[in-house]
Amino acid sequence: MNTSHDKKNHGAAPPEESQPHQVISYSRYVLNWLGLLALTCATVTFAGINLGRWIIITALTIASVKSLLVLNLFMHLKFEDRIFRVFVGVAVVTFIIFISLTFFDYAFY
Amino acid sequence: MKAVVIEHRHRDDVGSRMGLWLFLFSELILFGGMFIIYAVYRFKHPLEFRLAAEELDPFIGTVNTIILLTSSLTVAMSITAVQEGRKNLSLALLGVTFILAVVFLVNKYFEWSHKISLGIYPQSPDLINKPPGEILYFGLYYVMTGLHALHVIIGMAVLAVMGVYVAQGKINQHSYVRLEAGGLYWHLVDIIWIFLFPLFYLIQ
Repeated sequence: MNTSHDKKNHGAAPPEESQPHQVISYSRYVLNWLGLLALTCATVTFAGINLGRWIIITALTIASVKSLLVLNLFMHLKFEDRIFRVFVGVAVVTFIIFISLTFFDYAFY
Repeated sequence: MKAVVIEHRHRDDVGSRMGLWLFLFSELILFGGMFIIYAVYRFKHPLEFRLAAEELDPFIGTVNTIILLTSSLTVAMSITAVQEGRKNLSLALLGVTFILAVVFLVNKYFEWSHKISLGIYPQSPDLINKPPGEILYFGLYYVMTGLHALHVIIGMAVLAVMGVYVAQGKINQHSYVRLEAGGLYWHLVDIIWIFLFPLFYLIQ
C-alpha cells in the first residue's frame, strides 16, 4: 500500500496546498513590533497631556491602529482569503452597532 | 509507517483557521459586553472613574503592554521558524513567549496584592464607603483584568502543548496549523490588553 502514490492519484488537492504559501520574514515581524512599541509610547505620552474629551478618542484610535497591526501581520489576516476579512469586519461592525445603540439610551434622552 | 499515514490524511487548514476565528468572535462578544458596561458607567461617572484610576500605576501597565506585544512577536516568529524547519529556534521562541507570560502574571500578582493591601478589593470596608463610580471602576478592573489574566493562563497552557508537539515533530514544516491556531488565540489576548491598558491605566 503506497500512500504517497494514492495521494497523487487522488482528485483532492494535496495537504500542502491548503497551507498559506507566504512565510513572513522575521524582520517584517520585528518592524511590526517596533511600530506597536512606538504607538504604545504615543498613547502614554498623549495621556500625559490634558486633551479634555479628546483623551478617550485618541486612546481608542491608537488602540484600534495597534489592533490592526496585530490582526494584519501577526494574525496573518492580510494573507488569508478575503472571506476572513469579511468575517472580522462583520464582527467588529456588529460590536460597534451594539455599543452605539446602547448609548442612545444614556446620552440622548 | 504510522507517521506517514497521519501526514497524508486529508486536511483543511483554511477551515481549521476559520473555525478558530469563529471562536475568537465569541471572545469578542464575551469581552465586548464588559467593554459596553465600562463605557456606560464611565459616561455616567467620568470624574469618579478618573479619581479611581489614579490608584493604578501607569508604569506597570506600560511594562505589561510591552511584555505582551513582545510575546506576540515571539509567537509569530516561532511559526516562521517551524515553516523553515528550524525546530529548535521555534521551541526557543515559544519558551521566550512562555517566560514573558509568566512575567506578565507576576506583575499582575504584585499589582493586585498592592491594591488588596490598600484595602481596595470587592466588598472591602474601604471600598464600600467610596462613591458609586469608584466602586464600579474597581469592580470592572478586577473582573476585566482577572478574566484577561485567566486567558493568559489558558494561552500559556495551549502554547505549552504546542511546544510539546513541536518537540515531538507532530507540528513540523508540513503541518503547523495547530501552532497557528495557538498563536491566533495568543494574539487575541494581546488585542484585548491593547484596549484594557488605556481604558484603565491612562485616564488622567
